[in-house]
Amino acid sequence: MTKIDKRLFQIGALDELASGDSPFHRLDPRAKLLTTLVFIGTVVSFGKYEVSALVPFFIFPLVLVSVGGLPLSFLAEKVLLVAPFAFFIGVFNPLLDKTVMIHLGSVPVSGGWLSFCSIMIRFALTVGSALVLIGLTGFHAVCMGLERLGVPRPFVVQLLFLYRYIFVLIDEASRMIRAKSLRTFNKKGTKIGTFGSMLGHLLLRTMDRAQRIHLAMCCRGFDGHVRLISPLKTGWREVVFVLGWSALFAVMRIWPLPEHLGKWVTGLLS
Amino acid sequence: MHMADALISPATGGAMWVVTAGLISYCSKKVKEELDDRKVPLMGVLGAFIFAAQMINFSIPGTGSSGHLGGGLILSIILGPYAAFLTVASVLTIQALFFADGGLLALGCNIFNLGFFPCFIAFPFIYKTITGSAPTKGKIVAASLVAGIIGLQLGAFSVVLETLFSGISELPFRTFVMMMLPIHLAIGIVEGVATAAVVVFVFNARPEILRSASESKPIGNVPVRNILVGFVVATILTGGALSWFASSHPDGLEWSMEKTSGSGELNSPADTVYGTLAGIQAKTAVLPDYGFKSSENESAAETAESGEAKESWPAVNAGTSVSGIVGGTLTLALAVLIGFVLRRRSQDA
Repeated sequence: MTKIDKRLFQIGALDELASGDSPFHRLDPRAKLLTTLVFIGTVVSFGKYEVSALVPFFIFPLVLVSVGGLPLSFLAEKVLLVAPFAFFIGVFNPLLDKTVMIHLGSVPVSGGWLSFCSIMIRFALTVGSALVLIGLTGFHAVCMGLERLGVPRPFVVQLLFLYRYIFVLIDEASRMIRAKSLRTFNKKGTKIGTFGSMLGHLLLRTMDRAQRIHLAMCCRGFDGHVRLISPLKTGWREVVFVLGWSALFAVMRIWPLPEHLGKWVTGLLS
Repeated sequence: MHMADALISPATGGAMWVVTAGLISYCSKKVKEELDDRKVPLMGVLGAFIFAAQMINFSIPGTGSSGHLGGGLILSIILGPYAAFLTVASVLTIQALFFADGGLLALGCNIFNLGFFPCFIAFPFIYKTITGSAPTKGKIVAASLVAGIIGLQLGAFSVVLETLFSGISELPFRTFVMMMLPIHLAIGIVEGVATAAVVVFVFNARPEILRSASESKPIGNVPVRNILVGFVVATILTGGALSWFASSHPDGLEWSMEKTSGSGELNSPADTVYGTLAGIQAKTAVLPDYGFKSSENESAAETAESGEAKESWPAVNAGTSVSGIVGGTLTLALAVLIGFVLRRRSQDA
């Protein structure tokens, strides 16, 4: 299987998680969307050298994963899959910023290493929470939530259409690739001419498909407006969820729990 | 060139979100006004096409590597800029949510970098100018190449600026530019060649597709002014709303500088790029604390080199940092424990 094939298979797997049932699955998608945004905003608002104060924030994705019954290893693997980007930008920090900021016993730690650790923790938190959001909510429900939150209708419809046809077109492209590799005896590499012809054909087929879809929609009474049915309800659960987590984020933002805990424990030991 | 959440500050991310949200609602309005309801399914399916197209690679002669289509330019050629921008935005949203390419906060930046420049700069001003009203094969190839390269260069430069304004990465401006632009020159050429190959094929096979696209009204009135106003409003809003975060809690470096030199921020050299940019930044009132850490570090490094600060530099005593690590580990363990207990309980239930 090609790499994208595999990744696509994972799209399906991630969305399927949303069909599970838990108190968090049942929440209104808007509540989860808003809380995730508040979470990400709070996490990235820390100063660049902050490491220990970021750690308590792992509570949010961990609690959601646990209560929602999501497979932790699957999500962790997905986070690791995209880690290289943040790693390669962040890894320059230790090289460029050599100012010693703290001492661990006798080992000096430079500001660069601190900010590098901070970048990687932020990365794990923000990426993880976005994946958890989809795993608990499902793409369709997230789109409905977006629409209710005021995102323009054409864009929401576009997202839903795109998501619906990704799988169809990926299949189409896989068939073309398979046909090509059978006819070229699995020869590696594609000349630009062949590439243009393959992709051009795929494009034409795509546009023909769009036309057929449009005709089918017209047959079913499409008049240029897409109507979305979104039976969303906000109750006290949603309010408690959003306000409770937001309050916790605010407390963790202002009051550095690990610092106090660490002082207390080292104080007890010494 | 997807930016990640980890590398941007809330002010930058928020400002770009507001700008991008404005562009999306503007484009949505435009697409609605066009009243071409065939575009509704076409946009959706073409977005999916972009995903599928990235599975098909062509080999780049002499390098052993391969390239694929990026998307923004070809979408503009077929759909026109407004619908293309919405389509690019939707592709990036799905990538952010499912593949974790980029992130939710960086989504505004990513849509702007990868959507605005190809759709609203490279396509109308370069591609359409070169192909003109009577496109030929040669013109299409030249136009795709130039537009592909320029679109990506602008996007890459914008990545550098956004990273710089966020001040999380330590890379100095010049190094970062020298790193990003050549890499994206190569990517831009690949994008141009791939786009040209597809467009030429369509031009030969079904020229009417391109004709109908190029006849749809060219955008003479690019909303540059609205975008600028949007930028300013967004920066002021996010800057104002978030500045208390920055001021209530000086970060590590400033705190240690306060200890050593008695003043929170050392004066950054005014004649450097950083100094000038910092001046501009102060005028536009983005969180003054967040951007341009590099300049402070440079001057901090200078102070350290000058010798006076050397003895007093490690201002944080070892006890504090050890307790920080102990505390951090304990908190993490606590978070994991809570998660574990909750999972057991929900499995039992």
